[in-house]
Amino acid sequence: MKTKMMFATILAAGLSWSVHAGAQETVKIGVILPYSGPFADAANQLQAGIDLYIAKHGSEVAGKTIELVKKDTGGPAPDVAQRLAQELVVRDGVDIIAGFALTPEALGAAPIATEAQKLMVVMNAATSIVVEQSDYIVRTGVTIPQLNTAFGQWAFESGVKEAYTLVADYGPGHDAEKAFAAGFTEAGGTIVGADRTPVANPDFSAFVQRVRDANPEAVYIFVPGGAQPAAIGKALSDRGLAPPDTKIFAQGELTHPEALESMGDTAKGIITTYHYSLERDDPLNNEFREAYREANGGRSPDLFSIGGYDGMHLIYEALKKTEGDTSGDALIEAAKGMAWDSPRGPMSIDPETRDVVQTVYIREVQEVDGELQNVIIHEIPDVKDPLHGTQ
Amino acid sequence: MTPLAPTAAPHAWLARQSRWSWFEVVFWLATLLPFFLFPTYLTLASQVAIAALFAISVDLILGYAGIVTLGHALFFGLGAYTVGLLSARLGWGEPISGLLLAGAVAGLVGFVASYLIVRVQHLALIMVTLGLGFLAYELANAMTWLTGGTDGLRGVSMWQIVGTFRFDLWGYTAYTYSLIVLFLGFLVSRTIVNSSFGLALRGIRENVTRMPAIGSDHSWHLRKIYTISAALAGVAGGLLTQTTNTVGLDVLSFQRSADVVVMLILGGTGRLYGAILGAIIFLVARDQLAGVNPQYWYFWIGLLLMVVVLFMPKGILGFLAKLTGRRD
Repeated sequence: MKTKMMFATILAAGLSWSVHAGAQETVKIGVILPYSGPFADAANQLQAGIDLYIAKHGSEVAGKTIELVKKDTGGPAPDVAQRLAQELVVRDGVDIIAGFALTPEALGAAPIATEAQKLMVVMNAATSIVVEQSDYIVRTGVTIPQLNTAFGQWAFESGVKEAYTLVADYGPGHDAEKAFAAGFTEAGGTIVGADRTPVANPDFSAFVQRVRDANPEAVYIFVPGGAQPAAIGKALSDRGLAPPDTKIFAQGELTHPEALESMGDTAKGIITTYHYSLERDDPLNNEFREAYREANGGRSPDLFSIGGYDGMHLIYEALKKTEGDTSGDALIEAAKGMAWDSPRGPMSIDPETRDVVQTVYIREVQEVDGELQNVIIHEIPDVKDPLHGTQ
Repeated sequence: MTPLAPTAAPHAWLARQSRWSWFEVVFWLATLLPFFLFPTYLTLASQVAIAALFAISVDLILGYAGIVTLGHALFFGLGAYTVGLLSARLGWGEPISGLLLAGAVAGLVGFVASYLIVRVQHLALIMVTLGLGFLAYELANAMTWLTGGTDGLRGVSMWQIVGTFRFDLWGYTAYTYSLIVLFLGFLVSRTIVNSSFGLALRGIRENVTRMPAIGSDHSWHLRKIYTISAALAGVAGGLLTQTTNTVGLDVLSFQRSADVVVMLILGGTGRLYGAILGAIIFLVARDQLAGVNPQYWYFWIGLLLMVVVLFMPKGILGFLAKLTGRRD
C-alpha cells in the first residue's frame, strides 16, 4: 500500500514536471565562470564573446528563447563549480551547462553532466583530458598540446636544431613545455635545457641569464598573460637575447596587443603559435573584431572571447539541428562532426573525441604601418589534439 | 544565569554549563528544515555544514585558546587530499573510514606543528600559521604527480555510505551525511569547551603568563587543543571531497583560511554557535549576492564585515546575546 502510494506520488510529480517541460518556450543555459577573483578578466572576456553572439543572432533559436543563468565560482574552485552545476540542473532546471574558463572547474562539473545527461560546452579550459571526463562534453576553445606540438614540429622544419624551454611552473606551463618538446624532438630537434619560473614572481633576470649562458639557437617561452609578457620581454632584450641571433618562440599570450604595447620594439621578431589572430584579414574576423570593440569600449577580443563566441555558435547550430530538442543525447549527437567558419578560421568538432579541430597559426611580430602586429607566416590546417588516445 | 563567581562546587558549575538549553534544541531541529523548505538548496546546505565544521575547528583554537591562525586550510586540505588520494590512487572509496583517516592524518600533522605553534605569539604566530599554509600549498602544487597540481585530482569516486546510500544529484545524502558529521563534531567540541580543560584554555586566552603560576601546563593544553582542532578541520576537508568528488589546490588556499576567519568574526568567536551562524551567513549571502551580480558580490561581504566589526564587536551572536540580556 505504502509503496503504491509512493509510486503514484512519484508518477504524478513526474507527469506534472513533464507537462511543465513541454510547455516551456525557453532554453536555459547555465554559465559557470570565475566572474570574481584572479580570473575575473578572463571570465568577462568570455562572457563578452557569448553576449556578442546573442546580440548578433538574436535570442531566439528553433522557436525557443535563449536564457542565460550566470554563476560565479570565485577562482579556481572545482568544488564550487561542481555544486553550481548541480544546482543549475536541479534548481534552475537548465538544459545546457557552459562556460568553464579553468580546467579544474570543468573537471569538477563533468560528473554532473554525465549524471544529469546535459550537454556541457567547455569554452576555454585547455587541458587535453577535459573532454574525456564525460560523454556530454564538447570543447570550442583550444588545447595547449594542439598549439604547441604542431609548433615544435614547425620549429624544427624551419631550421632550428636546438632549443631551450622556459615555462611558468604550473599546470598549463608544464603542458606547454611537454607539448613543445614532444613536437620538436620527434621531428629531430634537441632540447638543450629546460627551466621553470615561479608563477607569482616575475623577476626573470636570473632565468634569462641561464638561457644566455647555454646560448641556444632558440628559446621557447610560456608565461601567463597579464604583466609577465612585458617583464620577460624586457629581461630578454636586457641580456641581448633577441631575434634574429636567438629565436624566441612562445604561445600567443606573450604577444597579445596589450603586451606588445608595453614591450615595444623588443618584441620584433618573436614567433608565436595561436588559434586566434586578432589582425587576420578575413571578412568574418574583421566584422567580429569591430563589433566586439564597439560593444566593449574599445577592448579587443582574445582567446576567451572567441571561445565563448564559438561555444554559443555550437549551441545555436545544435539546437537548430535537433529542432529545439534539448536532451543531452540529441545535442551531443548534433555537435559531433559539426564544422563551421569562425572568425578564427575554419573549425570543427572531432566526432570521436568531441574536441575542437582547427587551424594553428604561426605568427611573427612585425611592424605594419608603424604598429607592431602578429603577422601570420604559416598556417597548419585541421590540427587535432595529439594527446587523445595516447594516455 | 548566575554571574561568574568562585563557587564551592566547580563540578556542579560545569554540569550546569553543559546542560542543553531550549535554544540549542530548536537550533538543531531547524537544521532539518532545508529538507522540507528548500529541497533544491541541499548541496548548498551540505557545503554550509562543512564550512561550519571547519569554522568550529578554528573557533576551538582562535575563540577559546586565543591562537590566531591564517593557515588552517593546511589541515582542511590535508583531510581533503587524504580522502581524495585514498580513492584516486588506492581505489578505497569507503566514506566513513576515509573520514576517520582524514582526521587522523590532519591530527598527526597538527600535533607535530603544535610544537612550533606554542613557541610563538601574536604577530609571529600569524606569520607561522600563514607560512605553514603557503608551504603546504606550494608543496601540493609542486607534487603534481601525486596531487594533480592545478588541474586538481582526477578519479575520485565514493562508495555508497554503509553500502546503502548513494550520493545523489539533489544532495539528500550529502546533506544528511554532512549534518550528522557536523553534529558529532559539535558534540565533541561542546564537551571540550565545557570541561575543566576548556576552562584552562580560556584561562590561557585571558592571561597566558598567569596559567603556569597556578600550576597549569599551558603549552601541553595548547598542543592538545591544536591537535584536536587540526583533526576536526581534516574531517571537514575529507567531507568536502566526499560530497563533491573533487579535490583542487583551492582546499589549501589562503582564501579558504581567510574566509573561515571571516565567518568566525561575522558569527562571533568563542561561542560554537557563532561559527555555525557565521558559516550560514557567509555562504548563503555569497550564493544570493552572486546570483544577483556574479562580478561584484564581494563588495557586500566586505560591507557586512565592516558593519559587524564596527557595531557588533562580538559578532552577530554576541550582539544577539547582549540584546536578550544573556551574559557571555
